[in-house]
Amino acid sequence: MNNDKVITADQLTKRFGDFTAVDAISFDVHKGEIFGFLGANGAGKTTAMRMLSGLSLPTSGKATVAGFDVYRQNEKIKQNIGYMSQKFSLYEDLTVKENIRFYAGIYGKSDKFIKEKTVFILKHLHLESETNKLVRSLPLGWKQKLAFSVAIFHEPQIVFLDEPTGGVDPVTRREFWNMIYEAAESGITVFVTTHYMDEAEYCSRISIMVDGRIDALDTPQQLKKTFNAASMDEVFLKLARKATRGE
Amino acid sequence: MANSYNMKQFIAFIKKEFHHIFRDTRTLFILLGMPIMEIIIFGFALTNEVKNSKIAILDNSRDAATASLIAEIGSSRYFNIEKDIYSYNDIESSFREGKIKLAVVFPQHFGEDLRHFNKAQVQLVADASDPNVANTLTNYASAIIVDYQKRITQDHQLPYTINTEMRMLYNPQLKGAYNFVPGVMAMVLMLVCTLMTAITVVREKEMGTMEVMLVSPVKPLRIIIAKAVPYLLLSIVNIASILLLSVFVLDVPINGSLLLLSFESVLFTLTCLAFGLLISASTDSQQTAMFISLTGMFLPTIMLSGFMFPIENMPLLLQIISNIVPAKWYYLIVKDVMIKGVGFESVWQETLVLAGMMLLLLMLALKKFKIRLA
Amino acid sequence: MNAVIVSNIIKRYGTKKAPVSALQGISFQVDKGEIFGIIGPDGAGKTSLFRILTTLLLADGGTATVDGFDIVKDYKTIRERVGYMPGRFSLYQDLTVKENLDFFATIFNTSIEENYDLVKDIYSQIEPFKNRRAGKLSGGMKQKLALSCALIHRPSVLFLDEPTTGVDAVSRKEFWEMLKRLKEQGITILVSTPYMDEAGLCDRVALLQSGKILSINTPQGVVNEFGKTLFAVKSNDMLHLLNDLKQNEDIEDAYPFGEYHHVIMKHGGENELKDYLRQTGRQYEMKEVRPDIEDCFIALMKN
Repeated sequence: MNNDKVITADQLTKRFGDFTAVDAISFDVHKGEIFGFLGANGAGKTTAMRMLSGLSLPTSGKATVAGFDVYRQNEKIKQNIGYMSQKFSLYEDLTVKENIRFYAGIYGKSDKFIKEKTVFILKHLHLESETNKLVRSLPLGWKQKLAFSVAIFHEPQIVFLDEPTGGVDPVTRREFWNMIYEAAESGITVFVTTHYMDEAEYCSRISIMVDGRIDALDTPQQLKKTFNAASMDEVFLKLARKATRGE
Repeated sequence: MANSYNMKQFIAFIKKEFHHIFRDTRTLFILLGMPIMEIIIFGFALTNEVKNSKIAILDNSRDAATASLIAEIGSSRYFNIEKDIYSYNDIESSFREGKIKLAVVFPQHFGEDLRHFNKAQVQLVADASDPNVANTLTNYASAIIVDYQKRITQDHQLPYTINTEMRMLYNPQLKGAYNFVPGVMAMVLMLVCTLMTAITVVREKEMGTMEVMLVSPVKPLRIIIAKAVPYLLLSIVNIASILLLSVFVLDVPINGSLLLLSFESVLFTLTCLAFGLLISASTDSQQTAMFISLTGMFLPTIMLSGFMFPIENMPLLLQIISNIVPAKWYYLIVKDVMIKGVGFESVWQETLVLAGMMLLLLMLALKKFKIRLA
Repeated sequence: MNAVIVSNIIKRYGTKKAPVSALQGISFQVDKGEIFGIIGPDGAGKTSLFRILTTLLLADGGTATVDGFDIVKDYKTIRERVGYMPGRFSLYQDLTVKENLDFFATIFNTSIEENYDLVKDIYSQIEPFKNRRAGKLSGGMKQKLALSCALIHRPSVLFLDEPTTGVDAVSRKEFWEMLKRLKEQGITILVSTPYMDEAGLCDRVALLQSGKILSINTPQGVVNEFGKTLFAVKSNDMLHLLNDLKQNEDIEDAYPFGEYHHVIMKHGGENELKDYLRQTGRQYEMKEVRPDIEDCFIALMKN
């Protein structure tokens, strides 16, 4: 197997009864890539992401994540990935420091590692003076940046981000993407979904799901060329309008 | 046509509430099935099987009258005379060993008393730790004695009277099905009305539908009343099913007026509804609503209404606290009306207390209910 | 007459000791038949503002009228005249599509038939599913049902709080097309959104950030206020290009924007930027672009 590939999916399928949520999707994600995973609501994004993060067993097909098989080694997968979503990320009633310590503790890192890295993160996010504040009292943008730092605290090979910037202001959104770039540079592969089409442009490659299948997969530039579109927004609309099923 | 509009609106609301209730089949099943379950479980726990019960005889008189009465008792299919005992103290030890369920005690000179004074005493001592059985056994024994008394009265011109004195050991108040039925009624009404009303209002707050309702011309009060109506109706179904089951399955009769009993039950239901509304007006999450309903209403009902534990035996402080538990008053009323068969003139005070509580809770609930979100 | 007049509205949350300001003196006016957008990220105060205007919350200061009525004194009248769609899906999930609409019609003393012409355009799209429970609808269909319910009593002012949040690009487009047609029916629409690209679809917008209005204008007007030249730069290594741009002191701001980085110069113009880019030794592509609402929002936030 090519070591460069951190995610491989081959004819990956998930059926619920006679409904095929994910219909034989195949793709590879390379190390350090920012892989944009787009699709209309109900296209099957969440189901696919659940299979890849070891939360749900595929009905058929093959997939490996961080070199581990999604059928048999999902515990190993969970050790090697980070996950962050817009809906659930941090405990609002714990302080900044308590949240970091809690998540770090889950992955069984040494006290020394946790201590040093906590100092580093707080400094990096300019949160030193907020260490003992409840997360609830932080502005949304800061929360999301902190949540991302926590998701990659244990230095996973891959981080899954489910609409991480929903509702965040345009300045913080860009700061957030800057962090994504930094993570990718440090070798962490980023697997991200978003509703913001300008963010699709920031990805190395993009896949667009329609009705459970991947209808397009390429770099943003190439996709625009292929679909003869001026922006990713146009590409997305052209593809998603073909969708026949809802959520 | 403002009135017909109001009515139409109100009906639309109630219809909607019924949709909510009927589409949540699992909850509906629990709400309607629960009283039936409780009654049936209790029915099985309280066995009425008293055939061939072992009894002991303490005959201090030893004359012809006692001999023939003992023969009658012994030949009944209900009783097996396990042994004769010779002192009152032996009764206690026989009960403790579990050898007997009932002891029949004839005093000295039973036959003489009956002959000379036309009047005699018999004492029935029962093990009332199983109250239903104790009750049944003493009833059967008394019936046999009354039969005997009738027979000898026919033979002679003068009436004979045998006084049967009963003693219930271990559970002198004879708690049992008679107490259980009013208790279950209180509990079920509480659950359906308080808990479910609180939850259904708070659910709308959680879902965000309350927001839309408030930004509509509907009077907030009407939203709330419409929420209560279906549960009132559901409660009436539950009251009926409990009463039917208790009469036909548990053999607990309704001795008093059914109308009075129904009226009191509706009054208690309204009290519970008012409490549920008060909870829903003060909380924003279903969880909190459930927690408050359970600790604020359900636990006191079980612990302090007198149906599980006799209030007379409680510490003074708890006795005083028990007075603010609406279920205590309802329980007293139902026991009086249903079991003792008394009329309104005997329960008007309790009724007044309950009505006062209902009005107070309702007023608090309406005061607390906001026309805005915060 | 203005459909909505808001003057100096203040709203605080939290305790007296540690108050959190949600709205810090907001003022604006909305004309009849206008689509007025409140554009801002989560936590800007959009929902608080909408709740105050729909009489659900009391403001801590300031006054406002909706359709000529005071939001505190005449709250009952306002409740009869406005339509409101809160941020989260707020219909009865266990009622069917038809039952929901019927219910809302009844409580507003009307019927589906009476105002069918108004909702037809939207409702006809979900009518084939009228016997399906609302909870089983897709996101886009739920949104259409919620809008139908908010419209069924022919409100004069419609408040839509983040109707397109969490909805995919296709449904968002459709939704805005529906709003355009409603506007033609003479309904005033106040709509809030965190998506900057939706600003262009409004007649006028207020940019809201941290409880303060950054700007009120037509989308075109907001852009015209930008007042600076904006360049778009692109190379094959976008991350390092951005770092280089941020290091130059002559550059006021540089940030990613789609496939380009947007650059605003502090000193100098096109030639100075070109010189600098040449110095970095990168292959690059550069052009002057028109700012859009998002550029303006960023600039206003940073001021």
